[in-house]
Amino acid sequence: MRRAHQALPAVLLVLALIGIWELYVDLKGPTFSLILPSPHQVVKALYEDRSLLWSSFLVTAQEVLLGILVAIVFGSVLAVGIHFSPTLRRATYPLIVASQAVPVAVFAPVLAFWLGFGILPKLVVVAVVSFFSIVVTTTAGLDAVDPDLIKLMRTFDASRLRTFRHVEFPSALPGVFTGTKIAIAVSVIGAVFAEYTGSNSGLGYVILVSEPQLLAARAVAATVILSLFAIALFALLALAERLALPWVYRTPEERPA
Amino acid sequence: MVEAPPKEPRELKAADGVQVELVSRVFETKRGRVEALARMSLRAEAHEVVAVVGPSGCGKTTLLELICGLQTPDSGTVLAAPAALMPQRDLLLPWLSAIDNAGLALRARGVSRDEARKTASPWLGRFGLERFEHTRPAELSGGMRQRVSFLRTLLAGKPVLALDEPFAALDAITRQEMQGWLGHVLESEPRTVILVTHDVEEAVMLGDRVVVMSPRPGRAVSEIEVALPRPRRRTDAAVVELRERALSALGVET
Repeated sequence: MRRAHQALPAVLLVLALIGIWELYVDLKGPTFSLILPSPHQVVKALYEDRSLLWSSFLVTAQEVLLGILVAIVFGSVLAVGIHFSPTLRRATYPLIVASQAVPVAVFAPVLAFWLGFGILPKLVVVAVVSFFSIVVTTTAGLDAVDPDLIKLMRTFDASRLRTFRHVEFPSALPGVFTGTKIAIAVSVIGAVFAEYTGSNSGLGYVILVSEPQLLAARAVAATVILSLFAIALFALLALAERLALPWVYRTPEERPA
Repeated sequence: MVEAPPKEPRELKAADGVQVELVSRVFETKRGRVEALARMSLRAEAHEVVAVVGPSGCGKTTLLELICGLQTPDSGTVLAAPAALMPQRDLLLPWLSAIDNAGLALRARGVSRDEARKTASPWLGRFGLERFEHTRPAELSGGMRQRVSFLRTLLAGKPVLALDEPFAALDAITRQEMQGWLGHVLESEPRTVILVTHDVEEAVMLGDRVVVMSPRPGRAVSEIEVALPRPRRRTDAAVVELRERALSALGVET
């Protein structure tokens, strides 16, 4: 009940924006709606094209999820390497930052050339755009480990590997979650751009072919689905984090005296 | 990446005791040379509790790290049986329950989680924490956290315990309780203890001997035998007198 109450401002704001949008397009006339469809046209497209949108969504969702998974694996492994090797840190950090500045539109065609038109080049694009934030936040988590804890483990005769397992690895987990949450939005955009470059399925492909056919409502419908997908993914991750890392959300008021 | 000083050069000859002789230690920092210790000496026989008092920043923590083999002296010798550190802040791992924090030293040696819990569980009972075995540190009180931290040090199974101002962060009432508690524990579990503190009363209450250190660079300026039976009371004339002696050795007017 309280949650519903908390969501009220967001719902009201969205409804108000949709109302203004509908009014604006209706006033502009039917020709304008070929460029920007009104909300009711989008809803209509969502319904009429539901089977196309659904099958396309499954394709894109798969690309995003697998791509993020690849990014988590490579990102956290690289973060551990960077944490332990100052040389690796100096060598890779500029490249990691640069990888974010290269527009997907530039390297996606190269990937399509190398890897074809299947799912593989999309995974690479999603992984490349999303692994930056995962590397940065995971490295930050590892770097933030109290050096006194490492000393303490040494007086307990812990090997470096056991110190990592018991102290540093758990400290890095919140960073992995934060980085992944940040990565979600860009990974969806990454998947769409990868589909633009070379594919015959997915929501990005739907958007790409709908615009020239003056099916703007369908394109916006696909965009709505992408946005909802990003929100759902974010919420799911936040939930998973609460379940997996309950100590991050401690409640100090419950301390006994 | 934490720069780790070499671990090996610790010599382990003083059987269960600690012998620090004329040790000097200098740090090069961005703001210049800091002389932490200068010709510091200290001895602890097996199962003796030596309390080290001194003003803030007199190199007490450096002394403990030398004894634990975490640093090596620039000159002088440190002979110490294997020592486990109890750090100033409790440094409990926030994701582990009390029982798993207590067993961390065992896990560090490769003991399985079940075995470590089996070992730690009766101790938590003895330390009055049986109801909090599965509680995480954030939900424990300050005194409980220090008990878990001490137990973790104890279960490391080392003959020497290096306690770095263990009760400094506690409120006055809890601190007095914990001092009494530690006295009891050490009676039933004798260990060689180097107790670093800036609380003179704590030193006299718990120590067999009190070593008074000078301001930085730290060295021993006075040594006071505390040949009093336990348990001691803060208000005993003998305790009060020794406390005054330690304070005047520190240069505090009383």
